[in-house]
Amino acid sequence: MWRKLNRLRTVLAPVILLAAGISATVYFVENATPMAARLLVYPNVLRVLGQHLLLVAVSSLLAIAAAVPLGIIVSRPAFRPVAPAIEGIVNVGQTVPSLAVLALFMTLFGLGFQTAVFALWLYSLLPILRNTYAGMKSIGPEIIEAARGMGMKAHRILRRIELPLAFPIIMAGIRTAVVINVGTATLASFIGAGGLGDLIVTGISLRRTELIYTGAVLSALMAIFFDDLLARLEKYV
Amino acid sequence: MIRLENVTKRFPGQDHPAVNNLNMFIPEGEICVLVGPSGCGKTTTMKMINRLIEPTEGKIYIKGQDTATVDVIKLRLDIGYVIQEIGLFPHLTIAENIATVPREKGWPRDLINQRVDELLTLVGLAPEKYRRRKPADLSGGQRQRVGVARAMAADPPILLMDEPFGAVDPITRARLQNEFLEIQAEMRKTIIFVTHDIDEAIKMGDKIAIMRDGELVQYAPPGELLSSPADEFVERLLGPNRTIKRLNLIAVREALRCDLLPAVPGHLSSEEARPLLKGSKLNVLAVVDSRNSLTGFVRGEQLKNNHAGPVAEIAELSSNVIAAEATLNEALSLMLGCGSQFVAVVSKKGEYKGVVTLGSLLELVREDVKEDVA
Repeated sequence: MWRKLNRLRTVLAPVILLAAGISATVYFVENATPMAARLLVYPNVLRVLGQHLLLVAVSSLLAIAAAVPLGIIVSRPAFRPVAPAIEGIVNVGQTVPSLAVLALFMTLFGLGFQTAVFALWLYSLLPILRNTYAGMKSIGPEIIEAARGMGMKAHRILRRIELPLAFPIIMAGIRTAVVINVGTATLASFIGAGGLGDLIVTGISLRRTELIYTGAVLSALMAIFFDDLLARLEKYV
Repeated sequence: MIRLENVTKRFPGQDHPAVNNLNMFIPEGEICVLVGPSGCGKTTTMKMINRLIEPTEGKIYIKGQDTATVDVIKLRLDIGYVIQEIGLFPHLTIAENIATVPREKGWPRDLINQRVDELLTLVGLAPEKYRRRKPADLSGGQRQRVGVARAMAADPPILLMDEPFGAVDPITRARLQNEFLEIQAEMRKTIIFVTHDIDEAIKMGDKIAIMRDGELVQYAPPGELLSSPADEFVERLLGPNRTIKRLNLIAVREALRCDLLPAVPGHLSSEEARPLLKGSKLNVLAVVDSRNSLTGFVRGEQLKNNHAGPVAEIAELSSNVIAAEATLNEALSLMLGCGSQFVAVVSKKGEYKGVVTLGSLLELVREDVKEDVA
C-alpha cells in the first residue's frame, strides 16, 4: 500500500510541482492588490519565468560542458602534483558571495543576459568540477590496475569503468550546482538580465508581498523540479 | 616460455634497485612462485612481464619474442592478470566482469556468453545463479573465483597472479588453492605466482624463486629447496619444520605399502581369515567387499573369538582412512589424531589400496634425506 503510494508519488512529482506552480500563480495574479496588478499579469509572469529558465539552462549546460571534462583531466595522473592547488582555488572560489560575483562581472562586461550567464556559469563550475574530481578519485586504484593489467586501453577504461563508477557523484555535483543556480539566478535581475528576480526586486521596492511570493515560490518550485528531473535522468542512464 | 635476461628496475629517487640483474627462465606449463619478504621486488618482477612496470635495463622474452617490441595492449590481452584485491568492476555483473578481455578482443556475443558460462562452471559457480549478480553480492572466496575466471576468459597461455588467494580466510584459501591446482592440472598454463607465504609457495609451485632485496637468492623446485636451502636466509624463510613441510610434497600413493595390512574378503569366516593374519605386522586385517571397497578393519583378538558368521559382521570401521591423493602430512596428522599406527589408503572410488604406517613414513623420509646427501 505505502509502496504503491510511494511509487505513485515519484511518478507524479513533476505533475504535482507543475500544478502547485500554476495554482500559486493563479492565486497571486487573481488576488493582486492594485499597485501590483499592473505587473502581476499572466504574460509578464510567463516572460520572467522563461527568462529564468533560459538563464539557468544555458549557464548550467555550459558549466557541465566545461567542468566535467576539466575534472576528468585534473584527475589524470599527469596532473596529480597540481590537483591540490586546483582543488584549493575551487574551494576558495565557492566562498565568494554570489552577489559579489555578479557585481564584479557587471563592472567588467556591462549589464544584460550574457554577463548574468557568465557569472552563473562560473559559479556553477565549482561544485561540478569538485564532484567530478572527487568521483574519479573515489575509484579504487586496484580497479584501474586490474583493467590496465588485462589490456584495456586508457580511453576504454575511462568510458567503461571510470565514468560509470564516478557518475553518481558527478550527478550529485550537477544537481547541487543547478539547485544553487536557480536561486542565484534571481539576483540576475540586479544587472538587468530579467528572470523571476524581477518580481522579487520590484516587490521589495513597492512593498508588495504577493510579488515577492510569486517570484520566490516559482523559483523554489523550479529548483525542486530540476532536482527531481536530474534524479530521474541519473536513474535512467 | 618466459625468459628474464639481466632485468633491472630502478625507481626514480631510490639508490637501491628494486630488482637487480635478474636472470630467470620459466618453462611452459609450470607454476613459478616468486616469494620473499615485502619489498623484495617480487611484485615488481611480475609487473615487468606485462609491462605495467617497464624495466630500466635488461630484456624479457615470451616465446622468444622481446616483450618491449610487442604492442603493450596486445601483450596484456594475452596475459591473464589476477591481483590480491581482485579489482572486480563493481558496477558490472559477474558475467560482464568475466567477459572483459574477450570483449576487448572483439569476440562475438554468443561466443562470449558461452565462454562465461563455461568459466563460471569451471570455478564452481552455477552460471544461472551468478551470471547476473554484482560483485558486492558475492563472498570473498566467490570473488576470488570470479577474479581467476576473468583472468582465464580469453584462454591466455600465461597467467600472472599477485597473492590471488591472499584476502580470504585460511580454510577458504586452502580450498581455492586445491581447486586451482586441479584446474591447472588440465590447463597447463604458464603461471607466475607472487606470494609472501612460503607454505603457499611450496604447495603451489613447480619451481620457487626466493627473492631478497631485488636479487634472486635461490630458484629451485620445492623439494630441492627444502632439502638443500642455498643459505641462512632461505633456511630462515622456510622455517624450522622443514622435514614436516616436505611431507606436504609427497603423495600418500608414493609411500603406499601393500604387504603390511592384507585385505580379507568380507564373506570369509574368522577361521578362514586367521591364516592371513600371519602376513599382517599390525595384527589387523582390512575387510573388503566384492568390489574391493574397504568396509572395515578386524583385529587379531577379534578373530580368536571364533565368531561363527563372516568377518564382515565383526569388522569395525574407524576414521583412519585417507585418499591416495592426500599428502603424507595429512596422513601423519590423521595418525596422530586417531592415535593409530597406520592409515588405510583408498582410491577415489573407495577401493582399498594399501596402508601407510608410521614406520614406512619414517623410512621414506630417511631415504629421501640420504638421496639428497648423495
